[in-house]
Amino acid sequence: MKWSVLGWRLASFAVAAGLITLWQFAADQRLISPVFLPGPDRAWASLMRGFTSGDLLTKLAGTLTHMAYGWLLASIVGVALGAMIGSSKTMRAYVAPTLELLRPLPVSAIIPVAIAALGLSQGMALAVIAFGSLWPMLLGTIHGFAAVEPRLYEVARVLHMSRLAVIFKIALPSAAPDILAGMRLSLTVALILAVVCEMLAGLDGLGQWVLLSARSFRSADLFAGVMLLGVIGYVTALAMDAAESRLLRWQAARR
Amino acid sequence: MPERVKPLLLPLAALLAFEAWMRLAAVQSDSLAPPSAVALALAGALTDGSLLTATRDTLASAFAGLALGGAIGLMLGLALGLSHILDRLMEVTIEAVRPIPSVALLPIALIALGFGYRMEITIVSFACVWPVLIMTRSAVGGIEPRLIEVARVLRLTQLDRIRKIVIPAALPRIFLAFRLAAGIALIVAVTVEIAINPLGLGAGIMTAQQALRPDLMLAYLVWIGVTGFVLNTALMAAQTTLFGRAALIGDGA
Repeated sequence: MKWSVLGWRLASFAVAAGLITLWQFAADQRLISPVFLPGPDRAWASLMRGFTSGDLLTKLAGTLTHMAYGWLLASIVGVALGAMIGSSKTMRAYVAPTLELLRPLPVSAIIPVAIAALGLSQGMALAVIAFGSLWPMLLGTIHGFAAVEPRLYEVARVLHMSRLAVIFKIALPSAAPDILAGMRLSLTVALILAVVCEMLAGLDGLGQWVLLSARSFRSADLFAGVMLLGVIGYVTALAMDAAESRLLRWQAARR
Repeated sequence: MPERVKPLLLPLAALLAFEAWMRLAAVQSDSLAPPSAVALALAGALTDGSLLTATRDTLASAFAGLALGGAIGLMLGLALGLSHILDRLMEVTIEAVRPIPSVALLPIALIALGFGYRMEITIVSFACVWPVLIMTRSAVGGIEPRLIEVARVLRLTQLDRIRKIVIPAALPRIFLAFRLAAGIALIVAVTVEIAINPLGLGAGIMTAQQALRPDLMLAYLVWIGVTGFVLNTALMAAQTTLFGRAALIGDGA
């Protein structure tokens, strides 16, 4: 059983390798102009060069920092606000419909407003990323809090637990799946907004790197940047998976 | 207090407070404008037609991208859902391409296609492929096995099997996938326009910002919000009328 899984995995890698070879072939035969499509060899060489000469590393760090600060800020604010709104029925009745109304708003539309208010600065990027990643977590937390099994609240009342204790011991754990799902969505949003903000404001990061590479037609550098962005997306999703399965282990065991 | 009034109180109070503060403190700002001025700017942009043209451009690119990306995602999702072998073979490739954020393709699309509709549609369709692919694959994979057995007993051809059994059985979830993808399409279209493409609502809001017209900028923001809301509500309504309770399966939100 274990071997067949491994076998499929290897075959799957082989298919991916085959596609890369096809890409190499298309680039070598100049089926597509090398201005747009560098071969994987050139993109890889550019990636390695970027790392050894150090420039790409600072850009990578820049993008990761933008993402991390905005996302962490949004996580703290989102969960705190969500807990406040979600744990009170009155608050839910008054506030939640407004939030639902704002949910379909494409968050990137606040970038111009943030630029007008804060200029083309790090602060603007932080505000935009935090605002954008706030929504999934805020709504997830409210939803999670609203969906807590009512009997658990009854138990809390019987035990005379304080409101804080109810939030930390009952509501937060049972809302954890919703909150984590929101956090996962927020990570993607944070990455996209980080890239856009870097492009627009020329902040040090991969967004600015890929745009400058495109403007000067350095397609190998451009593809190296895009590949790195893909890696960021993949690794952050993987980390989220690990965190999720660890934090929700007690629930999986119960099911 | 009647239940229906409650949700309206907060936004109304916020708008009034904001208006009063802007007026009483006589705030001069490049980023904020009182709601009344925003409403006037919105009415102005609506009557001179600039807003409607921009909306048309944005929605055209978003829907074209959704159609293209959705079709690709649907094909791939059907193929991968029906064939276990194909699904396992493509796993690594898909997992490698999927995490690339759609806006990262912006510079590539820019040098390959230049400014305009084509570049925007390409990026939107890349973003739309994934939700449709993933949800179609799981919808097809989760079809009641007995239906497949029925198809085998009836000796349906592969094409008939897909057309008569697989697609109808998976349709509610496929529609849900398209609904979610439509939201993504609008978001990506506006984002591309704000970042670089001189077209549609995103370009309109950027121009208003650069022209130091906060009232017009906020009017665009409100309008973009309204567009997103209307699109979402319309699709939601379509989903419930078309599929009724079946549509709710797997809809977490």
